[in-house]
Parts: sequence; C-alpha cells; structure tokens
Amino acid sequence: MRRVGFLVRKEFQELRRNPRMFPVIFIAPVLQLFVLGYAATTDVKNVPLMVVDADRSAASRDLIARFDGSPYFTVVGVTTDDADIQRAIETRQAWMALSIPPEYGEMVGRGQPVTVQVVTDGSDSNSATVGMAYASTLIAERAAELAAARRPPGAPRLGSIDARIRVWFNPQLLSLHFMVPGVLALLLMIITTVLGAMAIVREKELGTLEQLNVTPLKRWELTVGKLLPFGLIGMVDVILVVSLAVLWFEIPLRGSFPLLFGLSLVYLLCTLSLGLFVSTISHNQQQAMMTAVFFFMMPMIYLSGFIFPIENMPAIIQPVTYLIPLRYYLVIVRGIFLKGVGLESFWKDALLMLGWGVTVLALATMRSKKTLS
Amino acid sequence: MPAVTVRELTRRFGAFLAVDRVSFDVEDGEIFGFLGSNGAGKSTTIRMLCGLLKPSSGTATVGGIDVERDPEGVKRRIGYMSQRFSLYELLTVEENITFFGGLYGLDKRRIAARRAFVLEMAGLKGREKTLTRDLAGGWRQRLALGCAILHEPSILFLDEPTGGVDPVSRRQFWQLIDRLSGQGVTVFVTTHYLDEAEHCHRLALMHAGRIAALGSVAELKQIFRERAVVEVRTGSPMAALRALDDLPTVEKTSPFGTALHVWLKPGIRDTGPLRTRLDELGLPAEPFEFVQPSLEDVFMDVVAREEAASS
Repeated sequence: MRRVGFLVRKEFQELRRNPRMFPVIFIAPVLQLFVLGYAATTDVKNVPLMVVDADRSAASRDLIARFDGSPYFTVVGVTTDDADIQRAIETRQAWMALSIPPEYGEMVGRGQPVTVQVVTDGSDSNSATVGMAYASTLIAERAAELAAARRPPGAPRLGSIDARIRVWFNPQLLSLHFMVPGVLALLLMIITTVLGAMAIVREKELGTLEQLNVTPLKRWELTVGKLLPFGLIGMVDVILVVSLAVLWFEIPLRGSFPLLFGLSLVYLLCTLSLGLFVSTISHNQQQAMMTAVFFFMMPMIYLSGFIFPIENMPAIIQPVTYLIPLRYYLVIVRGIFLKGVGLESFWKDALLMLGWGVTVLALATMRSKKTLS
Repeated sequence: MPAVTVRELTRRFGAFLAVDRVSFDVEDGEIFGFLGSNGAGKSTTIRMLCGLLKPSSGTATVGGIDVERDPEGVKRRIGYMSQRFSLYELLTVEENITFFGGLYGLDKRRIAARRAFVLEMAGLKGREKTLTRDLAGGWRQRLALGCAILHEPSILFLDEPTGGVDPVSRRQFWQLIDRLSGQGVTVFVTTHYLDEAEHCHRLALMHAGRIAALGSVAELKQIFRERAVVEVRTGSPMAALRALDDLPTVEKTSPFGTALHVWLKPGIRDTGPLRTRLDELGLPAEPFEFVQPSLEDVFMDVVAREEAASS
C-alpha cells in the first residue's frame, strides 16, 4: 500500500512539470462544455420564413404578424407568387414557407373552414419537425381565437377537444438543459479515458515500465497507483463542469449533489479502467489513442443514447448498449439534474455501471504483466 | 553455490531463436561479462535472468531462486539497469531516488541513508534538485546505477550500461563497478565495448544466440597460442593485404588501424615468405613485429569460426 503512495506522488510530480497537462485537464473541459453546450442544441429559433400572401387582407396580415412576432420565425419575404417558395427554399434563403390562399380573409370573416399551406425543407429533418410543430401551434391558436370570438358569450364549447399539455422537468423544452448534463458525461469519458490510455503505455515507451517491472511492485499497485491520481483529476473536473453548468448555463440541479458526485466516481472508475485496459493492449501512445478514440469512445457515444434515443435503435443493437457505461451514467446524470430523482429510480443503472468498472479494472490489472511470456 | 546458474536456456520470438541452449555459471562476487554484437542474444538472456521475460525452455537460477517459478523472488534480490535510460526525466535527482527506494520497500530512514550514499557515489551532491532530464550522460548513468542498488542487492545486472557515454565517464563508471565487486556484489554485465570486457573476471562471447567461447581474458587469448600474429606496417596496406592473403603460410589477414595483422598458420613462425612477397611487389615495409592478439582479434576469430561452422 505504501508503494501506491509513492506512485501517486510521482505521478503528481510529473504532472506538475508537464506543461501540456494543465490545459488538457482543466482548460479543455471548460472549452468543450462551452462549445458543445451552445452548439449541440436542437432548439430551433428564428426560422427564416417565406410568405405567399395571395389574399392581402387585414386577416392575412394579422396571421403573418403572428409568425413574425413569435421568437421562432423571422419573415424573410412576402410575395404573391407560389413559385417564389421553391426558389427561396432551394437557395436556403428560407427554411419554411407559409402560403395564404386568396379567399382567406373572406372565409375567416364568414366563419368558414379555410386551408393555409405550410411548406418546409425536409433536408434538415430535425429543424423541419420542430418548425412545423411551432407553425401548427401558431395556426391552431389563431383558429381557436376565431372560434371563440364567434361563440355567443356564455355558450358552451361544443365538439372541440382542448388538450392541455404540461411538460415536466424541462418546462421550456430547452435542449440546453438536456444536452449539458450529457456533455458532462462525454467530457469526463474523453479526458479520463485518454489519460488512462496514455498512462502505462507512455512508461512502456520511455522504458521506465521495465524499471518498475524489476522492482517488487505488484500489478494491482501499479494499476491503483495510476487510477488514484487520474481519479482525483476527474473529481476536480466533475466539480468544475457541474459548477459551470449550474452557475453559467443555469441548468437546475434538482437532485442531490453528493449523490451525483459519488456516482460520478463510479463512472470515473469505468472510464479510467477502460483507459488503463487500452494502455495495456497498446504498444505506443499513438496506438493507444487510436484504439481509445475509434474502437471504444466513438461507438460508445453513438450507442449510449447521448445523440439517438436507445428506444429508437434496431432491436439487435439495443442489447449492445448495455455494454456501455456512458448509457448508465447518462440516465443517472440527467435524472439527478433534471428530474431530481435519486437512487430509487436508477439503482440498477448504478449497480451495472459499478460492475462494469470493477470488471474492466480487473481485466486491466490482469493484462499488465510484469513478466512477458 | 554460484550466484547464477544457467542450463540450456532458450528463448524464441516466433520463429526467431534469440537465445539457443545457453549454459554457464556465474560465481559469487565475480564480474561476469557478456560480449557480443547487437542481436547476439545478450539482452534477451539478461532479461530472462531478471524475471522480465519467460524462458521458452531450459532453467536458470539467480541467488538460488528459479527465475521461471518465482520471478518476483528474483526481483527482490537483484538490481537491474537496462540499456535505455529508465529513470523519470521529469523528476529531480532526489525524487527519483526516493521513488525507487519507496518501491523497494525501504523505510524513511533507510531511504535518507541510501540517498546520501548514491549522491556521493554518483558525484551528484549539490545537484539533488536538478531535473534528471537536464543531467549529462555520465551523471545519468551513475544515477541509474545508484537507483538500481538502493536496496543493496547481492547480484547486479547491467545491460550495456555505458552506451553513448564519453570515455572519462565510462572509466568512472567502471571504477564504481570494480568497487561494488570488491564489496562482494556479483556483477553480470553485457557490453559490446571490447576495452570494457577487459574489466571482467570472466567473459562469455555470444554469437547468434549461442555462447561461442567462455573464460577469462587470458584463457580466451589462448586460442592464439598455436598461431603467431605479425603486425605489418607498409605504405599501401590494402595492396599488401591482398598480396599476403593467398600466401601458403598465411591463415588470414585483417586491417588493424593503419597496419595489418597477419595470422600465420599453426606452428609457423617464419616471416621470410611475407618479406619476399612484399619485396616482389615493391611494397616497402617496416620491420615485422610479433604481437599479442587483442580481445578484438579473439572475438573476430571466434565469430568467423562460428559462421564457418554454421554454413
């Protein structure tokens, strides 16, 4: 055990003198959080909208003003020719178009049904879906207002279903709230897995590993001696990123911070052990980096539910996601942040994650041979 | 009991036979040298003896412990210095000493005592806080040696310890080795410097994974007892070399500095035919001298015979 202490101390002495380590460990996560936090957003705002107003009545202008006045749309042009829609969308000048028929004002005045057309650019299916939802809501609101105005005061509303939707946990449906906890998970994985992957293979390259191998140092002492210092760095990163998420991005942390911190440690056990395992199967740092990034991290990110919901994946793929610790941590970190729930709702994920970490750590320890065969 | 016993030790890397049925003993307290060209199998042998590499077959004991059965037991009793500098360059001199002392399980007081000893031995007093990265070659080597003997092992393995070090530092290094040997430490050293080999009590010449010859320097030179070596100095050594090579009394010739060494066939000591031949060709030469064969001559001769035998 005393040997582990000497290893940890040595690791910090080296880190302190390595000028490249500070930016990697402390600046990179902050930068990545900002870039991913702001860029990885699925919110759609200020959609450029082309309007074809064939009616040119007070009623049609009122509808256009509702679109332009909403934060979701910006009217980029009003024309009378339907052909302009195609041109505007092809040149990406507009993402959506609203076409108001010539009889719109008259029909609305008489209280008769009328159809307006919404065209959207499906090549960006995400924005299209979101934009269409906003457009439907705006039009439905207007329709409801018109219907209410024609009803005699006090008369009951007949034949209409009034759906009152309440969004829980993230009432404004801000993707930032959904993304930032995920980015925390991603950042921790990238930084600590890379640190772990470099750890042993770097000493292999420098020749110092061989010198360690002729001392009475035990295999587990070497693994733990690497795990502890990088785990400590990971803890600092957890505090750093969580503070930024709460104080800067104003993401509500509804659950318990100690629980989040504790489970983050279990997650760090997974990512660091994975890194150390990669380190033991690689011959040099470059190889370790490639293996860590392309063989482990990229597939993990795609299959974890960070980008695509696991429920939407093909049935054959879904079982594979159970092999990915990021999957469990995402459930935990989003649960604690947004829902404020505790272990009672994700104890299974926590246990599986712990099991994964212990297994991979054991594998890494067994792989780090002191005597080559 | 010998410090090291090796019997039929063999190591394969795939199809390549790096060490081929090697057997020898190293006596307690001796400096035992392993001499051979690059790729002869010296480092592979030493790494098997240190418990870093598993033998493919054969046995070896170090300090009475079987290296295959208990490599960790071997590691507690030996010191090892690899041919690559393998201390932490981003650590200071004293941080390296403390770190390795800690790994060898020395307590605080012992580490302090050994640190003082190593700083003194390596001539690094006053440089305790210097980053190891900034040390010159000779100091690095002596520090690496110091770190390898922190736990006072009775057997020390040195794998080409003086590679890339200037001659003065090499001499100082060998003084340290002689001192350790005087204190009863068994030293097993590989080298390809022939002058260093002269420090060894006994030498094994290694070639292509086999031990080609083994003995003290004097014993090894005995292989030339039957054959006289003549040093020839002439204005055009290459022409003389070709002219003398096919004389019936000459076994072989080789350039030696600006001169030639001519091996006469066993039993022949008459240099008359050499003189006659050079005179015929109009190559004036200084008076011939019989010379003591050098270790280099021995080594080249052994290698040539091994090559001839295997082809």
